[in-house]
Amino acid sequence: MASASGSLPRYILQRVLLIIPIVWILLSLVFLLLRVAPGDPVTASVGGRLAPEALAERRAALGLDRPLWQQYLEYIGNVARLDFGKTISDNIPVTQVVRDNGGATLTLALAALLVALVVGVPLGVLAGRYRDSARDVVIRIFGIITYAAPVFFVGLLAQLLFAVKLGWFPTSDIATPVTKFQVPPRTHILLLDAVLDGNTTAVRDVLLHLVLPAITLGLLLCGVFIRLVRVNMLQTLKGDYVEAARARGLPERRVLVAYAFRNALVPFVTVLGLQVALLLSGAVLTESTFNWPGLGLKLVDYIEARDYAAVQGIITLFAVTVVVISLLVDVVNALIDPRIRY
Amino acid sequence: MAVEGAEPAVRTVTPSYRRLAQRFVSPITQTRGVARWILFAGLFITGVFVVAAIFAPWVAHYGFAQKRADGVSFPKRSAPSGEHPFGTNDQFYDVLSRVVWGSRTALLVVLLSLVASIIVGVLLGLLSGYLGGLLDRVLVLLMDALFSFPSLLLAIVFAFLLSERLGGGILAAALSLTVIYIPQYFRVVRNTTVTAREATYVEAARSIGAGRWTIMRRYLLPNVVHSVPVVGTLNAADAIGTLAALGFLGLGIQPQDAAEWGYDLKRALTDISSGIWWTAVFPGLAIVLLVTGLTLVGEGLNETINPTLRRRRLLPVTLPPRTQDERS
Repeated sequence: MASASGSLPRYILQRVLLIIPIVWILLSLVFLLLRVAPGDPVTASVGGRLAPEALAERRAALGLDRPLWQQYLEYIGNVARLDFGKTISDNIPVTQVVRDNGGATLTLALAALLVALVVGVPLGVLAGRYRDSARDVVIRIFGIITYAAPVFFVGLLAQLLFAVKLGWFPTSDIATPVTKFQVPPRTHILLLDAVLDGNTTAVRDVLLHLVLPAITLGLLLCGVFIRLVRVNMLQTLKGDYVEAARARGLPERRVLVAYAFRNALVPFVTVLGLQVALLLSGAVLTESTFNWPGLGLKLVDYIEARDYAAVQGIITLFAVTVVVISLLVDVVNALIDPRIRY
Repeated sequence: MAVEGAEPAVRTVTPSYRRLAQRFVSPITQTRGVARWILFAGLFITGVFVVAAIFAPWVAHYGFAQKRADGVSFPKRSAPSGEHPFGTNDQFYDVLSRVVWGSRTALLVVLLSLVASIIVGVLLGLLSGYLGGLLDRVLVLLMDALFSFPSLLLAIVFAFLLSERLGGGILAAALSLTVIYIPQYFRVVRNTTVTAREATYVEAARSIGAGRWTIMRRYLLPNVVHSVPVVGTLNAADAIGTLAALGFLGLGIQPQDAAEWGYDLKRALTDISSGIWWTAVFPGLAIVLLVTGLTLVGEGLNETINPTLRRRRLLPVTLPPRTQDERS
C-alpha cells in the first residue's frame, strides 16, 4: 500500500482509483439483490392495478424483458451518467425524487452534525482530560446512553415532551402547509428557499420544525463524537509535547486546546468520514419518526409500495454518497497530515 | 504478576478447547478499576434481560399476542394500572408482556446473527489471511465494499428481500443482520492472521510438518480470536438497535410471529400526538437498557484488551513483602 514516492497528487490518484472497484462492487451488489432476487418488480409493485398487457408494456419500457446481463450493463452505464432510473409505482425519474427530497435530508443532516459537534466535542475533551473522574463517568454514561437510545425512541420522547406536553415545537413535518405553499422552490432546499425569498415567518417556521429532528439525530452522533474525542485526547495527553508544554508552565487551558486537542483532531477527522454512514442511517429513521419529507422517508414509502426500481435508485445513491464522502475525508486528511500519504 | 507469569506453563498442558475458552474468560478476570465497574454493570443489566428472555412465559402475565384473559377482552390503550402495569396498546395487547417477550425475540435474533456472522467472518478471515493471493484480494475488496455500505441500508435491503421469501419471522431478521456484521470479524481476524502467520511459533509448527489446516485450527485460531469478544458484544448492542430500527420501519418481525420492540414503537408513533406515553416509553426503555448493558460490557472488555487504552502499567505496583535475606 505504502508507495515509495510520497507526493500528494499520487496519493489522491491512488485513493480515487481505489474507490472505482468499491463503487462497482456496491452497484453490482445492489443490482443483484434487488433486480435478480424478486423475479418481476413490475408485478410486485403495480401487479393488482393494471391489465396484463399494460404490465407487459411497463416491463418492456423498463427493459425488464431483456437478458439480465444487458440490464446490468445498462444499469452500470446509466449510473455512470448519473441516471438512476425511473420509479415503477409513480413513474418519475429517481433523480427528480432526489431533487425534491434530497434538500430536506441535507438540511437535517447538516443541522444534526452541527448539534453533535457543538455538544459532543467539548464533552469529549473534558472526559479525556479528567479521565476516570466523576465528570468523565457522567459524560461517558451520557455518551453511551445517547448512542444506545434508538433515534426513533429519542424522537418519540422529544415529540411527547416538547411538542405534545409543552407545545414549544411542532410534532412533525418540515413546515406548515402555508409555508410550503408560499415559498417558491428555487434550490429545492426549503430553508434556503425561504431565506432567498426573504420570508422571515417562513424561515422561522422551518427552523422551529427543524429543532427537534436535528437534536434527535444530533444526539445519536454526539455519543460517537464524545467517545472518539475522548479516546484521542487520552492518547495525545500522553504525548511528550503535552508534558513539555506543561513543564514550560503554560496554562492548562492552552495545553488542552492548542496541544492535546489540536493533535487529537487528526484521527477524529479520519473517523468522521465513517460517520457519514451512521448519519444517513440515522436520517432515514429520524425522517420516519418526524414525517420529515426527505429521501429516507421516500425510501420507506417506496419499500412499502414494493417499488424495486425506486428502492434500487435511492440505495445506489446513498451508497455512492457514502463512498465519495469518505474519499473526500481521506483527501482532506492527507492535506492536513503529511504522515498519512507516507 | 507472578501468577500471570506462570500461566503459559499451565496452558501448554491444558487441552486446546480449554485454552480457547480461557481466552474468552481471561479478559473478564483481568479487569481493573473503572473498567471493572463498567463491565460488571453491563453484565448485570444484560443478565436481567437474559433471565427475562429465558423465563418469559413465567415473567410475563400474558402471551405476546393475547387480547383477552378469562373471557374478558383487554381494554384498548388503557393507562398503566394494577391489571396492566405498563398499560395496553392500540391492538389490545398488554405492554408489559410484550416488553418481556420482546427481550426473548431480541436476544434470540441477535444470538443467531452473531453466531452466524462470527463463524463466517472468522473462517473467511483466517482463510484469507493465511492463504493470501487472489482469494485474499477479492475477499478484502468485497468486505471493504460491504463495510462502506451504511449498515442499516444493507439490513433494509436484505430484510426487504427476505421478508418476501421467508416471511417476517425471526430467521429472516437474523439473516439480514448477519450480513452486516460479517465484514467486521473478517477484518479483525484477517489482519491478525496476516501478522501471526509470520510468527515464530507458526514457523516452528510448519517446520515440524504441520499441514495448513492444522496450523490454522491449532495455532492461528486461538491467537487471532482474542478481539472477537469485544467486537461481538459491541455488535450485539448495535444489532439490538438495528433489529428495532427494521421493526420501526415495518421491515422486521411481524406482530403475530413474535413481540418486537421496534414494531411496538412504530405502532406507538400514532399514540404520541394524543399524549399516550406508555406504549412508546416501555419498549423504548427496554431497548436503551439492553443496548447500554451490552455496550458497557464491550467498553469494559475493550479497556482491558486494547493495549492503547489499557492502563494496567499505570496502576500502583504492590511489591511482595521483602524476605529476611533480601534485606540483609
